[in-house]
Amino acid sequence: MHIEIDEISKQFGTTAALHPVSLAVPSGALVALLGPSGSGKTTLLRILGGLEFPTSGRVLFDGQDATGLSVQERRAGFVFQSYALFRHMTVFDNIAYGLNARPRATRPTRAEIARRVTKLLELIQLPDIGARYPSQLSGGQRQRVALARALAIEPRMLLLDEPFGALDAKVRKELRQGLRDIHDTTGLTTVFVTHDQEEAMELADLVVVMSMGRIEQIGKPQDIRARPATPFVREFITA
Amino acid sequence: MSDATIAKPARFRPATEESPATRWALIAVSFAGLAILVLAPLIAVFVEALADGIAASLKSLTSPDARGAIRLTLTIAAISVPLNAIFGIAAAWFITKFDFRGKAFLITLIDLPFSVSPVVAGLCIVLMFGANSAIGGWLVAQGYPIVFAMPGIILATMFVTFPFVARELIPVMIEQGRAEEEAALTLGASGWRTFRTVTLPNIRWALLYGVLLCNARAMGEFGAVAVVSGKIRGQTATMPITIEMLYQEYLSVAAFSLAGVLALLALVTLLLKTALEIRHADQLAATHRH
Repeated sequence: MHIEIDEISKQFGTTAALHPVSLAVPSGALVALLGPSGSGKTTLLRILGGLEFPTSGRVLFDGQDATGLSVQERRAGFVFQSYALFRHMTVFDNIAYGLNARPRATRPTRAEIARRVTKLLELIQLPDIGARYPSQLSGGQRQRVALARALAIEPRMLLLDEPFGALDAKVRKELRQGLRDIHDTTGLTTVFVTHDQEEAMELADLVVVMSMGRIEQIGKPQDIRARPATPFVREFITA
Repeated sequence: MSDATIAKPARFRPATEESPATRWALIAVSFAGLAILVLAPLIAVFVEALADGIAASLKSLTSPDARGAIRLTLTIAAISVPLNAIFGIAAAWFITKFDFRGKAFLITLIDLPFSVSPVVAGLCIVLMFGANSAIGGWLVAQGYPIVFAMPGIILATMFVTFPFVARELIPVMIEQGRAEEEAALTLGASGWRTFRTVTLPNIRWALLYGVLLCNARAMGEFGAVAVVSGKIRGQTATMPITIEMLYQEYLSVAAFSLAGVLALLALVTLLLKTALEIRHADQLAATHRH
């Protein structure tokens, strides 16, 4: 799905989290929102997911105004920074949650839900953990379960908030490839937030560098490396 | 602590561990405190209740006044505790899941019943709803008296026990944050479904503790209820009030028997809580923060 952000701004009280920013995300792209903390990247992601609403501006999905769509109507697969798995549910129930939450008319049968959950567990290469609780999983496993849970609702796009932030370096590298593979298999338009320039450059098709609520530069990783548009970008990507 | 640990030289002790002498002193003080302040009075209640034998004690409990008091107290708890549980959940939800001006003020307001003397609370209800007030006068004229009747006792009980549920829930809900609820919403769940399937299961233990504390206090409340109840025997006299009246009349077996029943009700709630904890130990561990 093609996403267009049209002059979005966000004000929290008297502080501006986002000055009007505009950005077009081509259908099927893997995009990184890169910036230091406080740059507004997470706010922008949450606006896309319908968890925050912009003070002004519009969000368009495939050319249609989606600004007023509720979080449920957006159908965005959202992976949270600390994964936000439901701690009182098994991995199976976590992944099945979105399907069980559908209204009766569109809810798959129990057998169908079980089949889909099993398939997703295979996709994240953890076929045998369905009966476990989140507290019994490693950080990397939790992240993958969160991804499977987000994919279960057959989302129109995938939004990830610092998906690798809480992991050690080795696991981080493995899961980067995992996300790339899942993106390439599903073809979902994917936006992820990161403060790690290496991660953004290595994984994304398109990198959006942000600072202080403004977009500093949008470009392919190699272009940003070769021609940083502002002193901030130059400093940030060489840091 | 094993003997081996105690035998070790002092300098190898873990930083947070005290010397054996300090440890024993602390344990002794705790036990002595518990024995003198909690256990002894509790035993004394039952000793006094059974002073004339169990038959006399049971006979006093079957008197119409005693039975009326027990029924009234249980009814009041059965009405005020669920209502306060709902208010407590609503208040805690509102405070922890939304950002708004005056949040600190609202928290202070919830704590108010802890700092206001129950007698003052009772007097406020009399002033508000008594026959001489505008609202109270009108209600009495319609045949619904508040003061010196059950509604007043319920109001007084609810005022005094209001903070228990909210106070238990707020820290737990703050610690858990909003991420799980947000996750449920992005997965398409409605607000009510999110509350039912995510929020409520996560807070159920805190909620249970809050409800048990609220219940214990609701059954035991004396001061506020004494002001609004009018102490009409068999009608508006709750257990604590009946106990006090019986004691003033030197009917000590009857007073202590009823006091024993009140203490037993509290002990039953405690046992219930412990039993639930043991039974769901694995769930408690699994749902603990990860």
